[in-house]
Amino acid sequence: MTPGERRRTWAGLAFVSPWLVGFAVFTLYPVCASIYYSFCDYDVLSPPVWVGTLNYSDMATDNVFWLSVYNTLVFNLIALPLSLVSALALALLLNQPVRFQGVFRAIYYLPSLVPAVAGAMVWLWILNGRHGILNQALMAVGISRPPLWLDDPDWAKPSLALVSLWGCGNTVVIYLAALQGVPRSLLEAAMIDGASAWRRLVHVTLPAISPVIYFNLLIGIIGGLQVFTTAIIMGGAERSTLFYAIYIYYNAFEYRHMGYASAMAWILCLLIMALTWLASRASRGFVHYQGD
Amino acid sequence: MPGSFTRRVLLAGALAAGLGGCARGPDGGAKGSRVVVNYWEKWSGFEADSMQQVVDDFNGSQDRIEVRFLSVSQVDIKLLLATSSGHPPDVAGLWSDNIPDFSEKGALTPLDAGLAKAGIGAERYIPLFWEMCRHRGFTWGLPTTPGCVALFYNKKLFRAAGLDPERPPRTFSEFESMSRRLTLVEVERSGRVVRVPLDDLTAGERAARRYTLVQVGHLPQDAGMFLSCWGCWFGARYFDGDRRIEAADAGNVAAYEWMAGAARSYGVDAMKNFVSGFGVSQSAQTPFLGGAEAMVVQGPWMTNFIRRYAPGLEWGVAACPAADGVGDGHPVTLAQTDVVVIPRGARHPREAFEFICYLQRREVAERLARSQQKFTALRDVSPGFLRDHPNPAIGLFIELARSPAARAVPRLSIWHEYDAELSVARERVLSLREAPAEALAQVQQRIQWRLDRVMRRWDAVGAKRIAEWKAYDAW
Repeated sequence: MTPGERRRTWAGLAFVSPWLVGFAVFTLYPVCASIYYSFCDYDVLSPPVWVGTLNYSDMATDNVFWLSVYNTLVFNLIALPLSLVSALALALLLNQPVRFQGVFRAIYYLPSLVPAVAGAMVWLWILNGRHGILNQALMAVGISRPPLWLDDPDWAKPSLALVSLWGCGNTVVIYLAALQGVPRSLLEAAMIDGASAWRRLVHVTLPAISPVIYFNLLIGIIGGLQVFTTAIIMGGAERSTLFYAIYIYYNAFEYRHMGYASAMAWILCLLIMALTWLASRASRGFVHYQGD
Repeated sequence: MPGSFTRRVLLAGALAAGLGGCARGPDGGAKGSRVVVNYWEKWSGFEADSMQQVVDDFNGSQDRIEVRFLSVSQVDIKLLLATSSGHPPDVAGLWSDNIPDFSEKGALTPLDAGLAKAGIGAERYIPLFWEMCRHRGFTWGLPTTPGCVALFYNKKLFRAAGLDPERPPRTFSEFESMSRRLTLVEVERSGRVVRVPLDDLTAGERAARRYTLVQVGHLPQDAGMFLSCWGCWFGARYFDGDRRIEAADAGNVAAYEWMAGAARSYGVDAMKNFVSGFGVSQSAQTPFLGGAEAMVVQGPWMTNFIRRYAPGLEWGVAACPAADGVGDGHPVTLAQTDVVVIPRGARHPREAFEFICYLQRREVAERLARSQQKFTALRDVSPGFLRDHPNPAIGLFIELARSPAARAVPRLSIWHEYDAELSVARERVLSLREAPAEALAQVQQRIQWRLDRVMRRWDAVGAKRIAEWKAYDAW
């Protein structure tokens, strides 16, 4: 390396140093420290005491831990497909050349800009069992005993899945971008061959945007397993919406079992890695990249 | 180059100023010749305003210390993080049930040596509140505004149900029978929606569940400070004071059986539907303030909310009756107090101590209590305190707090977790998904497991910690 190159390297490092320092202090160190704490009895105030794998073995017998795993997986099984399909359907509609296309796109994207807390507060009232506008509407169409939504443990997770659709605007935008990239020549060729709109969607559009569907699936899995804000604000009867990340938060900050919370966080990390790997394996036959 | 030099100087200056700001912290250490004492308190709104007034009076009463009051939400969590980082405030306002947890974890400064020098001791306080400030033989804080709960009732609803509005229930069975008379439903009969007492429903109407609760006598979900503590009125113990959790003792099972009975009586769906129509506690959307609940267990602060949200409410208040044989003839209540503590690592503990001692002066404590419509934790009450107090029921609350049957929540470092488990059990019992004994057995097993973990740690560090506390003397 010449002196000039070395100087430029140092100058470059100096310019990125704020990020490097921030990353090291606020991400790298906490991540490394949490590995150590996961093997300790640590209440944040007192020095950690090494307990070996006790936190991990405690998880195996902790019923609430398993309940949080169950709640999180069930929520994702409902919310993730619903969100992927709804966002795709919306994107297909918003991709149609109609008047006020831009206005429609803005309207559907707008909820994504609403802060999560504000959105959750509004949804709390929409889903109110007695005075909520949703139940009023259901009663108006003849459903005399609509569900109590969050106050009913059987309905609480589907309620939150419904709420999660409210913020699918970001996913819609990604799909829309992908739809712009579907080769027009292929669609025209299919049309000339007499393919119906449905067959063009299934055999041309979906394969062409399959990498983006796969991307949204991965992001959905990663985000879905960490669902927190809306659920902790809106709650749910009888721990029906106690998700994994919420239980980590309670252990870390409410009950001050930081060692146990750290162990839980690492199990979550491993779970996300495993599911991501599974998704990538399962999608091999379905995802088509241009040039393949 | 002059330009480059100037830029370097400016950057260096900005960096130095920034780092200097970081190192010095927000309190600045001293203002002029005064020592600055940072005080974090959980209160907001008019409660914060009333304490700000007291702080201003303290600052004006001397020229050595300046207390800076800051209203902080979730003060317990933020105090924990600030203390663990070594930068806590000098004084913090917590709840008494935080003391076992915070003190065992070494987050608080023991005050005993200072209190002995200042001549402040148990004899000055209502015993229950003094004990709340102590844990493992040490004193960790001093009370500010205590509270206990009583039965508020709606006189207008009593009158409408044919009950004497000046005679609230005196026994638990009276409480139950009055509650039934005060419970109304709407049901469709001959094509018309009519409002009738719950007991007038036919068996067919009940079975079809085609009725709507519109007014209840009381709600087991509504119990003032700790929703899960109805057991106090049934003689529940919760904890043996040493190492054994007693979540499933006979008293607590009886309390949960009573809750299940209420759910069966109202109908689970009807009750859930009724409750879901209301908002959070201590707001205008509560069933009691909305005139849809005739009796509710609440503390003296309730009069503030009545005045603010339901000024036309015609209310009365009395001791909440306990189950037969509980309390030995004394009225039963559940009490708690706000406390001020000095966190471990506070920069100015002596000045902080001087301020919290100032808050214990009778005239200061009474002024604060009066402005928050509460009472003080002091045994000694000035002659004019009751006479001039804006809360007409304050005498009853003082009497209840002094009752030999007054209760506090267990002195446990894991109380909040215990309370959360009891709340989950309550929800499952109220929805009749689980039998009370079964739900409480699960609480017992889980919290005992947690306590065993906590005690294992305490056994390892307790002796060392106690030695440190004994040796502490910054006064």
